[in-house]
Amino acid sequence: MTTTIPTTPGNAAGLPTSADGTSPPARPGTGRRPGRQVGRFLAYVVLVFFSIVYLYPFLIQIVTSFKTDTDATNAPLTLLPDPITTAAFSRLFDTQFPLWAFNSVWVAVLVTAGRVFLCSLAGYALARLRFRGRSALFTAVLAVMAVPSVVLLIPKFLVLNQLGIYDTPVALFLPLVADAAGVFIMKQFFESVPASIEEAARIDGAGTFRVFWSVVLPMARPALITLTILSFQASWNELPHFIVASQDRDLYTLTKGVATLTTGQLGSGNQFPLTLGAALLMTIPVAIVFFVFQRYFVAGANEGGVKG
Amino acid sequence: MTAVPAPAGGLTTSPAREPGRTRRRRSSGQNGAGWAFSAPQVVLVGLFVLIPILMAFWVSLTDWRGRGSPFSTGVGFVGFDNYATILTEPGLPRQDFMTSLRNNAWYVVFVVPLQTGIALTLALVLTSKIRAKSFFRTAFYFPTVTSSVAISLVFIFLFTGAGAVNGLLGLVGIDGPNWFSDSRGLLHLAGEGLGLWDASSPPAALTGSGPLGLSWWDWLSGPSIALAALILLVVWTSAGGYMLMFLAALQDVPADVQEAARMDGANAWQRFRNVTLPALRPTLFLVTTLGLIGTWQVFDQVYLISQGNPAKTTLTPAYLSYTSAFETGQWGRAAAMSFVLFAIIVVLTTVQRYVMRDKDAIAEKRAAKAAQRRRSSSSRTTFFHAGR
Repeated sequence: MTTTIPTTPGNAAGLPTSADGTSPPARPGTGRRPGRQVGRFLAYVVLVFFSIVYLYPFLIQIVTSFKTDTDATNAPLTLLPDPITTAAFSRLFDTQFPLWAFNSVWVAVLVTAGRVFLCSLAGYALARLRFRGRSALFTAVLAVMAVPSVVLLIPKFLVLNQLGIYDTPVALFLPLVADAAGVFIMKQFFESVPASIEEAARIDGAGTFRVFWSVVLPMARPALITLTILSFQASWNELPHFIVASQDRDLYTLTKGVATLTTGQLGSGNQFPLTLGAALLMTIPVAIVFFVFQRYFVAGANEGGVKG
Repeated sequence: MTAVPAPAGGLTTSPAREPGRTRRRRSSGQNGAGWAFSAPQVVLVGLFVLIPILMAFWVSLTDWRGRGSPFSTGVGFVGFDNYATILTEPGLPRQDFMTSLRNNAWYVVFVVPLQTGIALTLALVLTSKIRAKSFFRTAFYFPTVTSSVAISLVFIFLFTGAGAVNGLLGLVGIDGPNWFSDSRGLLHLAGEGLGLWDASSPPAALTGSGPLGLSWWDWLSGPSIALAALILLVVWTSAGGYMLMFLAALQDVPADVQEAARMDGANAWQRFRNVTLPALRPTLFLVTTLGLIGTWQVFDQVYLISQGNPAKTTLTPAYLSYTSAFETGQWGRAAAMSFVLFAIIVVLTTVQRYVMRDKDAIAEKRAAKAAQRRRSSSSRTTFFHAGR
């Protein structure tokens, strides 16, 4: 394409400099610099517009949770509570909110620990160990990843019911530990690490599990952190599974419990400061994890591991 | 472990020394280790994904009503009756299921293009030379990591009749609707606005008949205003995640090709159309596929906000399947709905793969032709310039 250019003196002078944007317009009438400035201005207009669209709901959420019920209903747009009150939060703590939070914490901890450990074990086996049936197993992992999760709601209840663990604490966390996507992420990671160091350890006589535990896992820190935060976020935000796995009020997690604030008997009327305060509190742990480990979220999203 | 310099020597010498024996011993040892390492996840996935699917398929062939075990002798085998009830037999169950499919189809038709378009736009803007990139990126991505429950609660508040959204609309003189309780279809309203029909007494040609138990008038309603609010919510939540995928892909668009195109005098739109977009095609495929799979499964927002109301216009297959099982005890029918939904997702993603792959080849040919055209036309302009 560029071969014709040097032969024409008119362009030979103009083109190399136009690349850094300082030359006069190449063609009369089509001003390049003003055009670029207009472009940048438009870019900022788009960004500012979407920032408002994205941040305003969160602002309203925070502000409204410090309002009184009447103030929230009558002045939904104002960003100054009048008067400022923490009444919604103290009412929230009279509900079972603390219990729900406790349940969410232990479920998230067990799911995260289980997923990270078992997915790295299986991922390591698929990436490094030679065993019969390995490629079939990997195909199965991909197939299971493709099953839409909502389709599993009724099936999950059936199996929990059949096993006799419906409505028990085990039903809350154990099915969530089963995770093919985590296996896939760990396998991809282990394949990207050179095998020489573990080979050395193996030749020194360490057993497979010992090599895995004291040589491989310490090297896998970035992938482990990614999987940890993805698992934590997924189990913290999970709702449908908890709906089908239990009905005991003592086993409500935050998502299921807070949902009853609007869908259940409590959902009547305009208790918006209460519901928005609950929404605010349940967002805080994930928000902290997000801001501390942001780059790992980005890595996870690019593995294709997004929520359905 | 401690002898770090050893690996190079060990690696090269040991297989050379006794190749056959070492490999055999190692692979037989790894056979056991491989399965032992994989076993826990294999058992869990088998127990909580594969076996449940088989059980649900069995239930979808029975008249089980939720009491006792679905494998007990009292449970009747009904073949594909449950599938017939929701797909072919006229009646309320089929009408409800078709309504839920109609709603979800309109939902997909609006959500997937909107979220893909917004995600791509934001990613393109964020790759240009601007300040505070990471701030904007964080702001757009944050909703993706928060829970659907928290976000739904916020949107319920924003979209109440006297809420913030209608407050903002009021500032510009628009009398906003009562979002989550308004069942009027957007296409019905649009048609009325254009003077095509009166939505309160629709044309008999459209209401008289239609496929699968719904009239043409009902199929072509468009999303109701309540469903439109859910569409806005989901687009708002998910666009940021897809934006990240586009951002990652945009970093791989070859800069020298961009530069070459610029030198050839391609304007911003031509560079986007002929350089950036072809490079983004795999990501575009991934984003639309994930979007399609995700949007056909919408459940949380319906459960939390509208429960299928108003007038069943936010009923979706996933939610209808849930209520049929857990609230009305029609387990066989509910399981059948799950499998039909599963089949819809599989068929649509297959069709989409076919369509997009086909387009890919066509687009490549077209791009090659365009490049050729551009080459000849650009040399023509060069002559023109030189002449002047």
